[in-house]
Amino acid sequence: MKLAVLFSGGKDSTYALAKAMEKEKVVCLITVVSKNKESYMFHTPNVHLTEMQAEAIGLPLITRITEGKKEEELADLEAAIREAKGRFAVGGVVTGAIASVYQSQRVQVICDRLGLWCFNPLWQKDEVELLNELVDNKFEVIISGVFAYPLDRKWLGRKLDKNMIKELVSMHERYEIHPSGEGGEIETLVLDAPIFKKSIHIKKSGSVYEKNAGVFNITDAELVEK
Amino acid sequence: MILIVNMNNNPLALYEFVLPVASIVKRHDEYDIKHYSEIRPGRLGMYSKIILSGTTLKEDKYLGDIKKFEWIKEFDKPVLGICAGMQVISLVFGSKLSKCKEIGMVDIRTVKDNPLFSSSFESYTLHNYAIDPSDKLDVLAKSANCVEAVKVKDKNAYGVLFHPEVRNKEIIERFCSGKPE
Repeated sequence: MKLAVLFSGGKDSTYALAKAMEKEKVVCLITVVSKNKESYMFHTPNVHLTEMQAEAIGLPLITRITEGKKEEELADLEAAIREAKGRFAVGGVVTGAIASVYQSQRVQVICDRLGLWCFNPLWQKDEVELLNELVDNKFEVIISGVFAYPLDRKWLGRKLDKNMIKELVSMHERYEIHPSGEGGEIETLVLDAPIFKKSIHIKKSGSVYEKNAGVFNITDAELVEK
Repeated sequence: MILIVNMNNNPLALYEFVLPVASIVKRHDEYDIKHYSEIRPGRLGMYSKIILSGTTLKEDKYLGDIKKFEWIKEFDKPVLGICAGMQVISLVFGSKLSKCKEIGMVDIRTVKDNPLFSSSFESYTLHNYAIDPSDKLDVLAKSANCVEAVKVKDKNAYGVLFHPEVRNKEIIERFCSGKPE
């Protein structure tokens, strides 16, 4: 079955993509760029880099810009999925949803309306297990946004490793932060993974942080041979 | 050892409908996963309980394979069917399918006392079909739209149309740890 993957460039959608590529034929990625930083559906920091990530993976990318109003962004997502169905004859859609019934339900409804299969290969996955699998499988993941106390400026741009996982677990116990950011506390960006033919090298970046929220902005990057 | 029966024919669905159930089961017992087409009734004696998984919304091949589930009639230990699993248990015991699409959180109301759940609760649903229960089933729970849980009379076989592995893990925990009568 030909599949499209909803792709934000973060760890969850990239790992879901990798799982889908193991079992089926992924023919395109879909990114919805929301102008609303508080979007219920779509991951936002550095989403402009999905084009470079798609090139690194070797898959075509369908991009849609949405104003990010709650139901309009779903109409924009549906239009993007419809485009994937028309251009690439996809029979199904894959998401990186882990626990969000809100996200999952809405994509299921869109797929049902369009007659497509819907797969969520990370559904209900333990967050710490997910983080460990990413590190063990050599996914190079950085923190691209933090949105909860006590995650501070120092976290921005940091690479996910076993030490970071220990810190996140400890924060989970003390502050109830979801270790993999399922509650929106953390956003991530994948610079390299086994499914990448080239990796992303950051040439220029800067951090913006205030009032317990910050973003690691990548303003210049390039693809490099692995 | 608890057997989890994979009701899906697409390999990618294993992650979404079988492994989440396995992650709950493993807290209580060892488990084995088999696709329904691999079940050999003569070899089921090694399992203490059996759980039939749910499926993706588009999956319906199992509905044409109902004869492969006749073993449920003979298996004398507890069985729990989730979504597609409930449909199959119900069909094996003479019920009929009815069209009923539910996607997302739904209010469930318990209508008959049972050891797995009680009162009213919300649960995640994902199905195109419900069942019209035969007289061999007791109805345990309903939503506004359809029958949501059943038990086969005089048998430890339960079915839930909703997905307890998403927001009601305790139901699977009770099935694994208890002795449903």
